[in-house]
This record gives sequence, C-alpha cells and structure tokens, in this order.
Amino acid sequence: MPPLLRVTDLRTHYFGFRGSRVVKAVDGVSFTLEAGETFGLVGESGCGKTTTCHSLVRLLSSGARIVGGRIELDGEDLLTKSPAEMTAIRGRRIATILQDPMASLDPLFSIYSQVAEPAYYHLGLRGRALRQRVKELLGSVRIPSPESRMRELPHQMSGGMRQRIVGAIAQAGGPQIIIADEPTTNLDVTIQLQYLNLLKELQRASGVALVFVTHNLGIVAKMCDRVAVMYAGKIVELQSVRGLFYDPRHPYTRALLDSIPKLGVREPLYIIPGQPPDLSALPDGCSFHPRCARAMDRCRVEEPPEYRFDGGGTARCWLTDEGRASAPGGRAAAPEGRAAAPEGRVSAPGARRG
Amino acid sequence: MGERLLEVRNLTKHFPVGGSLFGGGRGWVKAVDGISFAIDRGEALGLVGESGCGKTTTSKLILAAEPPTAGTIEFEGRSLADLRGEALADYRRKVQVVFQDPFSSLSPRMRVGDIIGEPMKAHARMSRQAVQSRVRELLELVGLRPDMARLFPHEFSGGQRQRLAIARALSTNARLIVLDEPVSALDVSIRAHIISLLEELQSRLAVSYLFIAHDLAAVSHLCHQTAVMYLGKIVETAESLELCATPLHPYTKALFAASLPSHPDEPREEIVLTGEVPSALNPPRGCHFHPRCPFAMPRCSQEEPALIQRSPGHRVACHLYDGTSA
Repeated sequence: MPPLLRVTDLRTHYFGFRGSRVVKAVDGVSFTLEAGETFGLVGESGCGKTTTCHSLVRLLSSGARIVGGRIELDGEDLLTKSPAEMTAIRGRRIATILQDPMASLDPLFSIYSQVAEPAYYHLGLRGRALRQRVKELLGSVRIPSPESRMRELPHQMSGGMRQRIVGAIAQAGGPQIIIADEPTTNLDVTIQLQYLNLLKELQRASGVALVFVTHNLGIVAKMCDRVAVMYAGKIVELQSVRGLFYDPRHPYTRALLDSIPKLGVREPLYIIPGQPPDLSALPDGCSFHPRCARAMDRCRVEEPPEYRFDGGGTARCWLTDEGRASAPGGRAAAPEGRAAAPEGRVSAPGARRG
Repeated sequence: MGERLLEVRNLTKHFPVGGSLFGGGRGWVKAVDGISFAIDRGEALGLVGESGCGKTTTSKLILAAEPPTAGTIEFEGRSLADLRGEALADYRRKVQVVFQDPFSSLSPRMRVGDIIGEPMKAHARMSRQAVQSRVRELLELVGLRPDMARLFPHEFSGGQRQRLAIARALSTNARLIVLDEPVSALDVSIRAHIISLLEELQSRLAVSYLFIAHDLAAVSHLCHQTAVMYLGKIVETAESLELCATPLHPYTKALFAASLPSHPDEPREEIVLTGEVPSALNPPRGCHFHPRCPFAMPRCSQEEPALIQRSPGHRVACHLYDGTSA
C-alpha cells in the first residue's frame, strides 16, 4: 500500500528583489507519512519547517514558489491541483493547527460559527445535525458546557481553551492528516501537557495522522513515532524516535540533544558554535560544516547525499558508516571519512566556548 | 555559603481593580501575597510558575519599579523602603534586569555602544572615553567583538541581542540581576549559549541572579535554590537538585510531570492537572491549589497551609506534610 502522504524532493524557494535574492527555505525535502502515525519535524527557527508545512497545503506567501518535487496524497499529486481543488482538500483531508490561537481565530465570529464552518462546507451539514456536530467536537476537546460556550467569542476563552477550539476546528472536516505547527508554544507547561494528551486521545479515536512541527525535542520524545531533523532547508536525519534519541547519526542531532538542559543534572551544556546559516548564502558542501565538531575536508566541498542505514533511517552526513555500503550513485568508498572521524559522541569540554 | 545579598520578607502586592467594569465593588488582585525568600552573594534563585502566578510582579517589586503593598525588601542589610535619593540610585545601579524578548528590550534607534553606555551615563559621572572603553570591555565579556559598539540592534541575532542586554545589565557593576525568562524566546542551540554565558559570568563576577522562568530544566541547571509559585504564593522551596529528586507539593510534582521528557522512555509520574489557573482576583478559599489538586482533602478548602520546613532548606506549604494528617 502506498503511504498516505509522500513528499519527494520538495523545493520551495523565496524570491526577493525581483529574483536577485533566492532563499532556499526548503531544498530537497523527502518524507512519507503513514495513516495514523505521528511524524515530527524538528529544527531551529529558519530551518524551513514552517515553509514545508505551508507547501503541503499550498498556502505560501506571495514571494514563495514551489520550484520542484512532488507531494502525493493517496497517490494524487497535490502540486497539479487547481486552487478550487486545493480548497476542497484543505480542512477536509489535511487540516492545520497554527502556533498562535488568537491569530487563527477570528475575534468577530462566535466559536460556533468558526467550528461549524469546515463541517458546513466540507461535510454539507446543516441545521440540527450541524449544531450536534459542533457540540460533539467541542465536547471532544473538553470545552465545559459546550452548549453555552459555543455562543461566546474567542476573547472570552483562556489561551488553553482557544487552542483546544482550534483543535476542534481542525477535526471538524474529518481530515486524514492534521499538521500542527508549534501548537503549544504559547501555553503554560501544565496546559501544554493537557493539550498534548488531548491530541493523542483524538488521534487514537479518529486514526488521524499528525505532523508535529516543533523545536522542542521533549515534545518529540513524548509524541512522535518518527522524526525528521531539519537544518538549512534540508532533512539532515530521519528516523524512529528511539533511534534518534539513543543512536543519533547526524552530528547536528547529537549536538542538539547535548545542548538541552536536563532535569536534575548539572553537567555543562554542549554549545554548538556559531549561528544558523543565512539561507540565501549557504556555505559550500554540507551546510552544517562550519558548526560541526567532526567536519572533514570533504564536508567543505561536497554535499553529502542522503544515506540510508539499518532500521529505515536516513542521514545526510559523510560520517554515516552504514551509508558507505549502500550509498546511492556508487559513492561507496569514503575511506578518509572513517580515518578522520573520532568515535563516540561529540566531546563537550573541548568544544566549549572559553 | 556567602553573605546575604537580598532578603525578602512577607512581600505583598495587591492591585486594585475598578468597580464598575466588573460589577459589584472594588476588588483586589493579590498578585503577590506574602512571599519570603533570600539570595546570597554569588547565588542564583530560580522562581518557577505558570503565567499569572506573580513571578513578574515579584521582579518589578525587587527592581523598585512598583512599591509593595506590604512586606520588606532588604538589600545588603538596608531596607529598600528607607532608601532615598542617592541611596536609591545606588540600589538601582546594583540591581539590574534582563527581559525575555531581546527584540523589544533594545531601542532600535540607538547604537549598541549607546545602549550599553546609557546606564553608566545615568548613574556614574564618567568621561566619554571611559564609557567607551568600558563598553568595549563589556562586549568582550559577553562574547561579542568590541567593534560591534557602532552597530544597531537589528544587525544582531536573537542570541546576540540577549548578550547585549546582559552587557547592559552588567555595565554598572550590578550585584543582582533579575532575569525575566531570558532564554524562552531563543532557539535551542542559542539557549545553551546564553545559559553557559550566565554561568560563566556568575563564576567570574560573583553576581547573583533571580532567574524567573517556567522551564524547570533550565532553572535546575543554573540555580542553586528554586522556589515554586502558585497564585501569588510560594508553595515549595528547596535546593534545586533536591527539588528535582524529591518534589513534595502536588503542584511541584505536576510541574515536573508536565515538563517534557529528555528521551522517549523516561519514566514519568503522570499527574495531569485538570482545569486552569484560577483568577488571582478571586482565588479559591483555603489552599489556592485545592480545586486542581488530585490529593485534596476537605481541610484544604478551609484552611490555608503554612510554608513549613520538612528537611533543612526544603520548605513546603501543603496539608499533606504538616504533620497532623500524615
């Protein structure tokens, strides 16, 4: 069976100053999403996570264009759809939850009309059936006394409730995929936990697939089945959640994991030197090499391909050992890599800032 | 440990809310309701809690930006309420602040050198050359290049801006820096930079921090002591590592349960709180936490628990631990 969603070599670029400045926000992203799974997309700001999501539903700002690749939903290519066909897909088959619930709810419309809208247009519900559906949806996201609360306006709700209402709207059309773009960033920790548990429950009940975009590796650990780590517009590592945490293959993933303070542990944090790169002026070779503790000569000139390793993961790094045997395009031999690469984790003390 | 730098006793701040808008009479928001804590020289205290718990009001009271309704703040042995004129200016020189959002806390129209130099011009009569050389020194101290003094804030990234804000706070030889969520707006990799910079500055300059945050992991990393606030009160305070190992108050436990795991198989005590933080305008009777508490007893809705010592340095305000019910 083909996957529910297959993204192949997606490239979305922003064109500024009449095309003289090109920002390669998404540059060759490939992944698949199976029905009912939770897929994490992690990375720091400016790595292209959000542009990837917006490309999936083709809601890009005017300066951005998808310049290559395919996005297949159940085998149909979304990039060849007309705007009207996309409107029928958005909300019905792919729904989105955005970061700021106050910005995604219209302050002038009642909760009822906003939750009802997808069910009205996509499912053709009217009258009492529509009312019933809205009540069920609000109940499923734990809005107390939905009957009276649905007549209220967004400003009468707390932040956590607003985000739950956005969750209800996302479900209203009965989608196969919900894309959640940093949905808990503005919530308090205890409310965040409530919300994440709620999303898990909704997923169990409806079997919807979740794409979880976040910069928080803790959310990934709690929520996701598989994870892609993005850096400078590319997926640098993609594997199962356990694989990512216990056996990260890309130096960037390792560095990210080591730079997060852990509860009750007061070890020095690993510091990734430098800044995330400017996407309009990427360094040659691997984009991460200027900040990588294990960079080799080869990394500075040649961009690593996507290596596949055991367990179904991929990593874009010359150090990926298993990749050497099965590297695509006959790039099997990379002897200097093995010799130059120190084994084990990136050493923290030596690389710390003085 | 070192000598006492700041001692806060029974600090209280009530804000009036006007009658007409809310119907009925004039009410009071008890933003901070009788909290006490102390910070030693060269120490860091973490203040943890969700939005609306009074963390930021506490920081404003300590920065002398708001007068307290009741209670005392003692700094270097002198009460803040008694300070006037030159003495108050000196207090403000020694107690500085770094805000959460480095994009709104630095004036976009001022050069970096002027931003960092401004507190020195306001507080110390220094020649222009002296200010300039001190600005260079400070930029180097926070890991930036001295020639960056000529640039404007928009030429810096978020992490670099937070370094500028730290340099500004240090410019008048501050003894206490109030850090109001200094890393929440930053990216993961940049967070590590700033936390390590703060640690390094603390060990070099013996400056004290009041670190206000909701990220328990960052707090336990940087702070010796942690105090947990809920609706204007401190519900538990302990040495940070001890608090992580043995949290006592149900709210603290819930906060730890809600903090995200560092790997997928991390065991978690599942305490999912129901409901949201009630309004500070009309807090619940008895223990403020009882409507959300999974261990609430009849007594909790009647009597307010006092903050009592359980073990040396570990104090908790909960009826589960005050002896009579155990």
